[in-house]
Amino acid sequence: MGGTTLKPLHEVQKRTDLAARRYVILRTMSLKARTRNGQSSMAGYLFLTPWLVGLLGLTALPMIASLYLSFTNYDMINRPRWIGIGNYVKMFQDPQYLMSVKVTLTYVLLNVPIHLVVALLIALLLHKGIRGLHIYRAVYYVPSLFGGSVAISLLWKQIFGGGGLVSNLLEHLFGLQNVNLIDSPQTALYTLIILAIWQFGSPMIIFLAGLQQIPVELHEAATIDGASTSKRFFRITLPLLTPFIFFNLVMQIISSFQAFTPAYIVSDGSGGPLNSTLFYTLYLYQTGFSNFQMGYASAMAWVLLIAIAIISAFLFATSKKWVFYSE
Amino acid sequence: MSLTRVHWFRHVFNILLGILMIYPLLWMLGSSFNQENQIFRDNFFIPSMPTLANYVEGWAGLSGIGFDRFFLNSFFIVAMSIIGNLISCSMAAYAFARLNFRLRRFLFAVMLVTLMLPFHVTVIPQYILFHKLGWINTYWPLIVPKFLGVEGFFIFLMIQFMRGIPKELDEAARVDGCGPVRMYFFVILPMTVPALVTTTIFTFIWTWNDYFSQLLYISSTNLYTVALALRQFVDVTGQSSWGPLFAMATLSLVPLFIIFIFFQKYLIEGITAGSVKG
Repeated sequence: MGGTTLKPLHEVQKRTDLAARRYVILRTMSLKARTRNGQSSMAGYLFLTPWLVGLLGLTALPMIASLYLSFTNYDMINRPRWIGIGNYVKMFQDPQYLMSVKVTLTYVLLNVPIHLVVALLIALLLHKGIRGLHIYRAVYYVPSLFGGSVAISLLWKQIFGGGGLVSNLLEHLFGLQNVNLIDSPQTALYTLIILAIWQFGSPMIIFLAGLQQIPVELHEAATIDGASTSKRFFRITLPLLTPFIFFNLVMQIISSFQAFTPAYIVSDGSGGPLNSTLFYTLYLYQTGFSNFQMGYASAMAWVLLIAIAIISAFLFATSKKWVFYSE
Repeated sequence: MSLTRVHWFRHVFNILLGILMIYPLLWMLGSSFNQENQIFRDNFFIPSMPTLANYVEGWAGLSGIGFDRFFLNSFFIVAMSIIGNLISCSMAAYAFARLNFRLRRFLFAVMLVTLMLPFHVTVIPQYILFHKLGWINTYWPLIVPKFLGVEGFFIFLMIQFMRGIPKELDEAARVDGCGPVRMYFFVILPMTVPALVTTTIFTFIWTWNDYFSQLLYISSTNLYTVALALRQFVDVTGQSSWGPLFAMATLSLVPLFIIFIFFQKYLIEGITAGSVKG
């Protein structure tokens, strides 16, 4: 590397004395530089050591261990007992597990599209130099900042619970008495979906960044050629935004599958009423850390990993067809 | 004429939606200053019977341990997590961005894959491991992983940033006899400060809001974080005392809000990192 980066001599003469001195040193050191390259490999691993220890000790080996445990019965007291694919068979006969899959899929399928459409619409509304953009952007982002906290989940429990804000409003406006959306199995999950959509601020900020990258000239040229607003949106804005839509889509799907805190807090850790908020991760937590069925919980974790991997792979594979990269 | 009408419409819409969005927060803030028996009657966010009693009662905490302790515990975990992430992630990022070693491409790909891994596949063996080490009900399981670079997102963020630092700088330093270690400390790290700030801020927010791992590893009340204490508060006092709960919940959001006010620029950089030319 040291030898190939040398510049021709006439270029060096144009530079300052200091640069020339460096050049000479570099020349004389070119032999040394080669040995230093050899050392550089060691330096690389040196700097990587903490991460490598983490990768092995906290990710790779635990993954192998959890794969092994998923084929066993293990309660942390007795030794793991090999039961083959027993846990995986059990899943499909476990009504609570099947319920948790249904709840999670409902959550993902409703939250992700609505979340992204709202984020995109508001980003479009804020784009194009609205005055006070930074204030609106801040107001819309604050829920994303707070939303993951226990405090907000507790607030949500009150707002949608019996005698809460929404209950009072429904009584004042429509005369409905004692509406408790948190305690009703038909509605509890939807209060959590509303909580998730309320946090559309972060994908909105990503969309705003994407909109800013679209060259103004494109729109100007299209306008001169007589393209209507809707045509410009579907032919210019939307295609150029597809990388950002793709990014948000992948991130939202992955995080929605792993949602935990709101369901745990709002249902007091039970996933109720009638398992209607029994998120996948909540059931996994109960199985592993309340009932200490570590093998079964590991199997559930691996099914989650495989599901996320398949969905991501599918998205990445189809992305070539609809995601437009300008470079 | 119609253009100004569109402008008006956009402002009116944004103001209405903005109020709807922050109303729950305003209402919680108001309720925290409202008298207990008024909270469920008042739908307007300005308290009808203002009082500080909720804050006094809430601050007293749980079973004799005050909220000051829970805040200190949370701040301690956050501070250690920040230090751990800054050290381990910047070291790994420097190796990936600037140093040559044999498995670089392979390990970089591995790092990207770990970004998308649901942590549930590792949490059970990790729990067993920490149990065997006698670390349950201590802060070690919450802090040590941060010193081992488990938060790949920050490594990715820093690599992106370091790649933007001109290579000529390295070469000049190398010519002056600077080895890889001094290069890291005196050339790369000082140039990476904005990414380090972003890492600090996001580590703060994520650790502050974290609940799952705190729930998993901490059981003694005197080790409780703010998040755990808030949840426990509901159990201990029943559903009856929303006033003190809202007071402490409001306080628990204050550190996040302060960060938001002072570091908005870095926050937005962190959110868009990875999406913009990922």
